[in-house]
Amino acid sequence: MNLEIERLDNGETKILKVNGEVDVYTAPQLKEALVPLTKQEGAKVIVDLENVTYMDSTGLGVFIGALKSTKEYNSEMRLVSMHDRVRRLFEITGLDSIMNIDTTVRGGK
Amino acid sequence: MEPFRMDVNKYKEMLQKYLYTKDENALYQAGQFSKQTMRHNILPEEIINIHIQSLKEIYPDLPPTIDDSLNFLLETMISYGLAYQEFISLREKQTELESEIAVAASMQQTLLSTKKPNVPGLDIGSISVPAHQMNGDYYHFVKDRHQNIGIAIADVIGKGVPAALAMSMIKYSLDSLPETMRNPSQVLQSLNRVVERNVTASMFITMFYGWYQYETCTLHYASAGHEPGYYYSAKDDRFYEMKTKGLVLGVSDEANYEQVKVQLEKNDTIILFTDGVTECRVGERFLEIEEVLEVIKAHMHLPAQEAVDKVFRHFERLQDFQLRDDFTLIILKKQVS
Repeated sequence: MNLEIERLDNGETKILKVNGEVDVYTAPQLKEALVPLTKQEGAKVIVDLENVTYMDSTGLGVFIGALKSTKEYNSEMRLVSMHDRVRRLFEITGLDSIMNIDTTVRGGK
Repeated sequence: MEPFRMDVNKYKEMLQKYLYTKDENALYQAGQFSKQTMRHNILPEEIINIHIQSLKEIYPDLPPTIDDSLNFLLETMISYGLAYQEFISLREKQTELESEIAVAASMQQTLLSTKKPNVPGLDIGSISVPAHQMNGDYYHFVKDRHQNIGIAIADVIGKGVPAALAMSMIKYSLDSLPETMRNPSQVLQSLNRVVERNVTASMFITMFYGWYQYETCTLHYASAGHEPGYYYSAKDDRFYEMKTKGLVLGVSDEANYEQVKVQLEKNDTIILFTDGVTECRVGERFLEIEEVLEVIKAHMHLPAQEAVDKVFRHFERLQDFQLRDDFTLIILKKQVS
């Protein structure tokens, strides 16, 4: 399964729209697109996960790496429009308590 | 293997025979010759060279342009020959790596092997099936002299060799914990500090740790972001999710782990697994947890080891079933009240 990542910037805010499945094979692609953005001092990064139907632990690892990098570079990352199945993964792993996850915008199943 | 000699005369004979007779048999011989050269790692330019020599001997008056073009071809093939040499050496390296991984996988099995403890009144079954050669799932039992047991089940992010290496780190950290440290939330806190210091930014481990007290038949447990297990109450005839709060290991050194306890009555069962079980796919569809529990329940009357084996076989037999992740399942059944 392929992963497509669109970059839709809105002024200062950098938006990544992720489409497809994030797994052990596609996670490096997400990492390559996401982590450099969080390394820009003070950057605001939004990751739109509306079209992500599956994510495995390797995908979570990419977000953990990105989160650590936001702390180092004083940038911000927000995850929006998560599917319930993906959200469950963030909840079980306790990552929802340390990441900025938008609960208002939610992608349907 | 017998040494192979590039015999110009033999090649010339073959070529001549073909040029004069167009005999299929000569083509067959050329095919055989080519296989032999490959077996002996003869480079392509050497074959061209022998062809040029033979051709010149058969036709001493080749037009100079043809002669030049053949030299041109020879030059062209030299780069190709280098690539071919690289291919051969990579193929050798690959074979070497494969055998090293096979050794590592069997070493992993020995290093990480754990013995199912024998505790009166408790029936334990466990199965762990790697999706690839090396297992990123891990489970571990310890028993003290009072028949109390510690149960760890963990899943390392990613697969293959790096996951297996991280697993060894967990195993040795667990082994080196002082015997007095039994409190699951403390155990996880201690492991978290080890993992946090020793893994790269995007690596983490999920882990469930339980401590079963023999005297009181109580299981104390905590979870570091691990897939929640289930507690089956025989009295209520229903499953309860064993959800507790706790961040995965290796992300923040300040993480705390909520600890919960459950008292086991006769025929109560604890079911622990990794996400390889809940993330099972059948064709395009994921198995729902309810379906997984239903299958487990249907096998729960069996001895625990037979039950876990049969549950795995059940999923394996499903049409279009694919094991995308390592699959680990542990069942603990309380037998006498």
